[in-house]
Amino acid sequence: MKLNRRQLLTSAVTVSAALSAPAVLGQSRPRVVVVGGGAGGATAARYIAKDSEGAIDVTLIDSSKAYYSCFFSNLVIGGFRDFDSIGHSYGALASTHGINVVHDWAVGVDAGARTVALAGGGSLSYDRLILSPGIDFKPGSVTGWDQSRQNLMPHAYKAGSQTQLLRAQVEAMPAGGTYCMVAPPNPYRCPPGPYERISMVAHVLKQKNPTAKILIVDPKQKFSKQALFEDGWKRHYAGMVERIWPEFGAQEIEVRPDSMEVVIDGEATKVDVCNVIPAQMAGRIAEAAGITNDAGWAPVVPHTMQSRMDENIHVLGDAAQQGDMPKSGFSANSQAKVCAMAVRGALSGSDVFPARFSNTCWSLIETDDGIKVGATYNATDEKIAKIDGFISQVGETAELRKATYEESLGWYEAISADMFG
Amino acid sequence: MKHNRGGATSKQEIRHQYRIRLNILLLAPMLALFAFTAVGAWGADAKRGAELYQQCIRCHQAGQGAEHRIGPHLNGIFGRRAGSVKDFQYSRALKDAGSNGLVWTEQTLDAFLTSPANTVPLTRMSFEGMQAAEDRSDLLSWLRTFSGSLADVPVAQPTSTPAQYGLDPKILLVQGDPQYGAYLASECTTCHRIDGVDAGIPSITSWPVDDFVITLQAYKNGKRVHPTMQMIATRLSDEEIASLAAYFRNLNN
Repeated sequence: MKLNRRQLLTSAVTVSAALSAPAVLGQSRPRVVVVGGGAGGATAARYIAKDSEGAIDVTLIDSSKAYYSCFFSNLVIGGFRDFDSIGHSYGALASTHGINVVHDWAVGVDAGARTVALAGGGSLSYDRLILSPGIDFKPGSVTGWDQSRQNLMPHAYKAGSQTQLLRAQVEAMPAGGTYCMVAPPNPYRCPPGPYERISMVAHVLKQKNPTAKILIVDPKQKFSKQALFEDGWKRHYAGMVERIWPEFGAQEIEVRPDSMEVVIDGEATKVDVCNVIPAQMAGRIAEAAGITNDAGWAPVVPHTMQSRMDENIHVLGDAAQQGDMPKSGFSANSQAKVCAMAVRGALSGSDVFPARFSNTCWSLIETDDGIKVGATYNATDEKIAKIDGFISQVGETAELRKATYEESLGWYEAISADMFG
Repeated sequence: MKHNRGGATSKQEIRHQYRIRLNILLLAPMLALFAFTAVGAWGADAKRGAELYQQCIRCHQAGQGAEHRIGPHLNGIFGRRAGSVKDFQYSRALKDAGSNGLVWTEQTLDAFLTSPANTVPLTRMSFEGMQAAEDRSDLLSWLRTFSGSLADVPVAQPTSTPAQYGLDPKILLVQGDPQYGAYLASECTTCHRIDGVDAGIPSITSWPVDDFVITLQAYKNGKRVHPTMQMIATRLSDEEIASLAAYFRNLNN
């Protein structure tokens, strides 16, 4: 991951321009502010800027100068990709599409005045606000864990230094040691994600530490692509993976980061790595904007991805409660295009077509053993509703599994270009 | 850093050009060796090559009346500079390779067919490569028949026809709206790169409208099999397919 000097300069200049004179610029062109530069936010910003050809002023706020994708971060843990390969800069969004990229935290929304407050002290006014903040962790969902303990027991469920930390911890495990994952309850980001991660950790341990054990403590009865993962674990990592589900004590779980213990059903077990993926909710800015429900998610109107509580705010991706789509980067990217079309229609009168959505999630079980699940969706008044879908099958040929994995590599290149190109 | 296409004409492309040259340099001596055993037209089986050629015909035409389709026509390819046939919209990678001196010969075609993506990175040709030297040799022997006099060669086979997939020919008369296609296309570009590069998922830019329509319709009626594409195509109407075809046809990479 490298930012060249020109990109840094471009971002710096556009940031200061955006912050110094928002009101003046705001008079001439409608203004869109996007919070969160991931699969939802970056795609929405890019499509609005690109398709409106300068007619709409687009500002993208993200605290990071570099975006590390959660999708494929498990492959970094498994050693199939290097960390740099999942890093992306916002350079082209600024230089090619004229988006004002602001590196700051959005800390508040004044819905009446239609302004977003920044941690750095500035404020940005908007005609439409797009929130794509991803997830935050629900406080207290795993007894004994909070974010201040994330270096002892990493979540690695937001990609970046946590990804590198978990990878390092797995590689440093003592011979015959135990890796434990505390899996999240539904709904959460990337349904197959925890189980792809198990596969990747098993892949590393099989080579470096073959007597090591993997323990999954899972508050769910069932999980995504379960038959496919369990078949894969049996074929590639026999005897290595054990999963404990609710009847066997995974409902009430406590962790003790200082002594590296996991307490299951009252019994403390010492582990060497503990990957705690807590219960999740919409990124905090959604709550600050006053658009979340009791469950902590932001309900949206499926046709436009507008908040059900504020028509000037759209919500994309993991933070949205929309219906049948899984919380995935692919889904967020798909929703962003519907949102971009609706926003352009509202602000510049461009054509609006019926919303359509799709998703595919690829997972890697072992070298050249890829699987996928996908579906198409449309918008009803009530929810984003599934139309049709498919899933890989147990017993597919090695050739097909390899082709599926290679397809996922092509997808990664394409979605990256679709977000940042 | 994977993607930085906006700002970076420079490094990425220079690297790719370098890789092209390097690949050709490395391959040349290896192939010279091969030439005795495998690659010579002599000993190769053109009849078998004609059968292998069936893998190519969804994209390419060769023979009397051959036209550019998804790929350029292959008449006279031997001795031709890469990316040089008029009126075909090549990837920049292939045009650059031609400008840098890539000429199609027995050797260079053999290298390219082994792995298009490794020989000319960022090519739009979606073909994973032909591993067996004998297959390539036979195929090239067949292709060579289209590089001499065309008087005796057969008429070019069509790339695809509605009848092949049990489709009503009327689907080719449906008019598409490229603007609607542009919106619908945003569903495609999550996986298919809009710059036409095949990085594991086929290139779909600049295809002739008919080939595009027939392909999607064949996924829709299940005569072509791929779970993702069948799912996507099933919910596209004839008008929507025509709109996508019109949009992708005019994408200029």
